[in-house]
Amino acid sequence: MSGLQTSAVDFGRPIGVLRLWGGRLSQRLDLRTLMLCGIMLVLSLAIALVTLASGEFKVSLGEVAGALVGQATARVHMVVVEWRLPRTSLALIMGAALGVSGAIFQSLTRNPLGSPDVIGFNAGAYSGALIVIVLLNGSFYAVAGGALAGGILSALLVYVLAWRGGVQGFRLIIVGIGVSAMLTSLNTYLMLRADLEVAMAAAVWGVGSLNGMTLERLWQVAAVLALLLPAALFLSRPMRQLELGDDAARSLGVNAERTRLAMTVVGVALTATVTAAAGPISFVALAAPQIARRLTGSAGVALLPSAAMGALLLTAADYLAQRAFAPTQLPVGIVTVSIGGLYFAWLLMREAKR
Amino acid sequence: MNQHAPIVAAAEPRLAARNATIGYDKRIIAERLNVAIPDRSLTVIVGPNACGKSTLLRALSRLLKPTAGDVVLDGKTIHAYAARDVAQRLGLLPQTSIAPDGITVADLVARGRYPHQKLLRQWSKEDEAAVVEAMAATRVGPLSRRLVDELSGGQRQRVWVAMVLAQQTPILLLDEPTTFLDIAHQIELLDLLRDLNRRNGHTIVAVLHDLNQACRYATHLIAMRDGAIVAEGRPQDIVTPTLVEDVFGLPCVVIEDPISHTPLVIPRGSGVHPFEEKPA
Repeated sequence: MSGLQTSAVDFGRPIGVLRLWGGRLSQRLDLRTLMLCGIMLVLSLAIALVTLASGEFKVSLGEVAGALVGQATARVHMVVVEWRLPRTSLALIMGAALGVSGAIFQSLTRNPLGSPDVIGFNAGAYSGALIVIVLLNGSFYAVAGGALAGGILSALLVYVLAWRGGVQGFRLIIVGIGVSAMLTSLNTYLMLRADLEVAMAAAVWGVGSLNGMTLERLWQVAAVLALLLPAALFLSRPMRQLELGDDAARSLGVNAERTRLAMTVVGVALTATVTAAAGPISFVALAAPQIARRLTGSAGVALLPSAAMGALLLTAADYLAQRAFAPTQLPVGIVTVSIGGLYFAWLLMREAKR
Repeated sequence: MNQHAPIVAAAEPRLAARNATIGYDKRIIAERLNVAIPDRSLTVIVGPNACGKSTLLRALSRLLKPTAGDVVLDGKTIHAYAARDVAQRLGLLPQTSIAPDGITVADLVARGRYPHQKLLRQWSKEDEAAVVEAMAATRVGPLSRRLVDELSGGQRQRVWVAMVLAQQTPILLLDEPTTFLDIAHQIELLDLLRDLNRRNGHTIVAVLHDLNQACRYATHLIAMRDGAIVAEGRPQDIVTPTLVEDVFGLPCVVIEDPISHTPLVIPRGSGVHPFEEKPA
């Protein structure tokens, strides 16, 4: 009576039921979603491997594999593990973080537009970074700190301004767009005040870039995400109940306001981590959950497929950023913005057909 | 019928409001309300728009905290319970719920199991059995794999009821469950509620708009006006032209329903009925 069984209830999609240890563990497994997550993960890893192999200094896939298990010449090891691996690994985990963050905000706002890009976080992070770059001429860590402070403050501002005895999704988006617009004008003003070289550096930071990532940076980001991603998964259960509306969710035993606050904190922290390390990378958080939802055909946005899709999008974008105009290295944010533009065009066409 | 007879010196009912003052922000809707929901009753709350009946239901279900007084569930203030504990005893079908995009019937019904699940134990045999049973009781089993968005209003409402049933609570509160349903589906839903009440002994509290349906299905009727309770008891005992005039301001006659032998309220209306004007 244990192990993997078929479901007695017809959910309209293939469902496996996993029951172990005398029923102490029981889960409903959406087989199609799991399969798609697996495919996305394999694709992401494949792109990551190709990215590790390509560049000015060509390395064969076999040499890459060798370098990853510690069996390569010192030269190959340096190129693959020390130069390229941090960047590619960061693309993977940052993409997953952005996907999860977007899914959290879209569930919270019940709106496919509700992503950290739209609700003021990115503009705020840029403001914070610009103030440090332009006015204080700060180091990398100061810029990261400024971005964090700016992003969190603006998210807090949006939350407070949208609060009216509770936070409602649509109001959060509208207030977020308003605050973003104001911060963008502040950003433009700061750029105009800056010297040309400083402004160029700030502009590169502002689109989000994975250039120059180090192993040290990888460990820092990985450590933070190792805390945040499980927290997000833990929240996903009440989060999905909240999609039924506040009254229904509360009468089913969900503490609605506390769940929403926790979701906001985790969602902001995920985006903040990425932004602090690489600048505001747009559109991954916005597009990944929606593309994943359409692929899996599941109800509402789900975290795991969003994470897998985010990782796939960012690794693919990073490969393009490095190879499309080689040897010129584009900031990865430029590529994600382009992908985002295509995504919006597709979304508009779909809506227009209805 | 003796299950509906009043029990003398009844034990404390499981769910009651005691001197409860309820409202939103600073607007008081009802003051010092005392309501006891008889155990195993099908209680129907009626009253004109904005009389506070939905507000009372929200207070009884812990969604709204009384500013003074108490709502008591099983001998303890309902707000002293954890949300999850209340959700294992008391289910609510709110007036408005949202079905997430692309959700299937079975998936929505399964969401009713939330208060019984844990992080590791998310789909026990009990969960599965409760969902199957709830779908059978509401006859939505054959719709199981359909998308909720594609259903008719009547089907959709049955699915929501199934979700609340899957919660397996001895007490069920329903806020205007028949609104947006056509007459046939209204009766179907009310029959279902009566069935649950009689067969499974659920205590059911519903807010209804239709006075005649209330009289027909309620074992206990609560009539409210301006946040106060005007009358409560068996419909046969309390529904009179005076009460209806008092509560709704509607002149009427009350006759016996030929089918259920419960009170049937016939509004007098204004003006002369066309057929009464006999040609000379």
